[in-house]
Amino acid sequence: MVGWAIAVHGGAGVDPNLPTERQEQAKQLLTRCLNLGISALRSSASAIDVVELVVRELETDPIFNSGRGSALTEKGTVEMEASIMDGVGRRCGAVSGLSTVKNPVSLARLVMDKSPHSYLAFSGAEDFAKQMGVEREENDYFVTEDNVGMLKVAKEANSIVFDYRIPTTGYESCGAGVESPIRMNGLPISVYAPETVGCVVVDSQGRCAAATSTGGLMNKRIGRIGDSPLIGAGTYACDVCGVSCTGEGEAIIRGTLAREVAAVMEYKGLALQEAVDFVIKERLDEGQAGLIAVSKTGEVAYGFNCVGMFRGCATEDGFMEVGIWE
Amino acid sequence: MVGWAIAVHGGAGVDPNLPTERQEQAKQLLTRCLNLGISALRSSASAIDVVELVVRELETDPIFNSGRGSALTEKGTVEMEASIMDGVGRRCGAVSGLSTVKNPVSLARLVMDKSPHSYLAFSGAEDFAKQMGVEREENDYFVTEDNVGMLKVAKEANSIVFDYRIPTTGYESCGAGVESPIRMNGLPISVYAPETVGCVVVDSQGRCAAATSTGGLMNKRIGRIGDSPLIGAGTYACDMCGVSCTGEGEAIIRGTLAREVAAVMEYKGLALQEAVDFVIKERLDEGQAGLIAVSKTGEVAYGFNCVGMFRGCATEDGFMEVGIWE
Repeated sequence: MVGWAIAVHGGAGVDPNLPTERQEQAKQLLTRCLNLGISALRSSASAIDVVELVVRELETDPIFNSGRGSALTEKGTVEMEASIMDGVGRRCGAVSGLSTVKNPVSLARLVMDKSPHSYLAFSGAEDFAKQMGVEREENDYFVTEDNVGMLKVAKEANSIVFDYRIPTTGYESCGAGVESPIRMNGLPISVYAPETVGCVVVDSQGRCAAATSTGGLMNKRIGRIGDSPLIGAGTYACDVCGVSCTGEGEAIIRGTLAREVAAVMEYKGLALQEAVDFVIKERLDEGQAGLIAVSKTGEVAYGFNCVGMFRGCATEDGFMEVGIWE
Repeated sequence: MVGWAIAVHGGAGVDPNLPTERQEQAKQLLTRCLNLGISALRSSASAIDVVELVVRELETDPIFNSGRGSALTEKGTVEMEASIMDGVGRRCGAVSGLSTVKNPVSLARLVMDKSPHSYLAFSGAEDFAKQMGVEREENDYFVTEDNVGMLKVAKEANSIVFDYRIPTTGYESCGAGVESPIRMNGLPISVYAPETVGCVVVDSQGRCAAATSTGGLMNKRIGRIGDSPLIGAGTYACDMCGVSCTGEGEAIIRGTLAREVAAVMEYKGLALQEAVDFVIKERLDEGQAGLIAVSKTGEVAYGFNCVGMFRGCATEDGFMEVGIWE
């Protein structure tokens, strides 16, 4: 028996000028989600059930960029994606390109448990959703006024929505984020608002799980897939730990960020926080991202190399913390 | 300067009863592709250009399961996917759900080089293809008589097309592949025919690259995504090595197989062949798969834990080998 631990996030890369009211709302949501998870853990729920439960709550709330409140594609629609992974057996499920599914993480769970595949996308994923009878909504449900406004700004700023690649010719204007004003993925931070959500849990049996959900990049091309549904990139769980990442999609993908935390624990013998720090420092190059993680021994950790990450953590011994900045 | 090296594969998991004529055809194609790559390498082409060139050839030939000759979805259509990664900067591009693009690997390259994203899928990917003006064909072009027949057999066998997960209730019939008759992904090996293709190269500057392309699982659900387009799973390249995998999709995804080879080289200091052997032995559990790899020092290696893998390798010092069985 170990002490359980839980962490949630609502995205890495936060506008330092975010209105105080908005910061408070975000912290309240993170707190509420932590408490939901803690309640379930106290009732001996399994890690995989808790991560799903908590991410559902994050998706349902319009504040962050997942489910309702998802970032909008260039066409003003939503294409949501999510993945979930059970450290037990490293089972996983993922979905992309959802437009009517109220809780993408739950569909990802169904892909894992009830479909013969690991990853379903676009119309095939929507068909599966109908077949499974999950809750579905019209596009309007997911689209918030805030995001309609953000999309307009993104388009007017005439920014290239950028998955942050090592600059090649033609993209000289999209550099790393240390310049001012702060930019991530080629957008000013006030517009970028990644706000992918995620949850990692280790339960009292030492089982780890992780889940990540997002609407993706504001003003993204139709069909663009980011890191959140990709096992090993945005989400990973094994017998050693559970990890969920957020930030610049391409940096997370080519850094196989979530898997990396586990790999350095397994192969270099690093403890959780050391592993998180190592990965954030060594695997991101110019990329900006953050992650949350738990280990099978009941530890919880997080790290980020950008300005702010909405996060919260709690452990069974009563520790609880919600934060945005360093 | 190092000696260059190249490896190609046409899928892991081969029917031991495959007619000799078919085996010969396959070996001839592998040989032709190796020679194509060798020719380019002798003209100092870069690794990233060579892997694309070779995989294009594999896609164009109807023999293996990619491009023309792709496995068919449950509806008799094709949904092709591919990924490519450049060890230099770990840049990457991927595509899924293609139905008209003659060379998926080239579209993946364009996603990497010419789009603001890393991964495009389904209608969004098709739109990008039109925009880029790549060669496109009608569905008929990709569909071979062989595969129409295979699809029928798969349906009649009433097999669940299975991404091979750790058995949960209801899937007891889909066990690991040591039983007879040989099954992979829940299908008898004579029907399964994964035949994903791939190529890995290290050029004379020591730069590594990898690319993988496939039509996916025979009789797959619409929208199903496998390991081939997933960076870290089916494809990976970094400054140390280049890797392309093939076999049971879910096993490769949850084993983050391609990244694993590089990770054990980096973190455990294993040499290429040791790393390949370690990964095949330790990361697959009951899964069946194979992979090819090259290292920055000019080595080439491959490994597989199933019955057969179509592969070929060559190095600058004149070594060349094409094979199917152990």
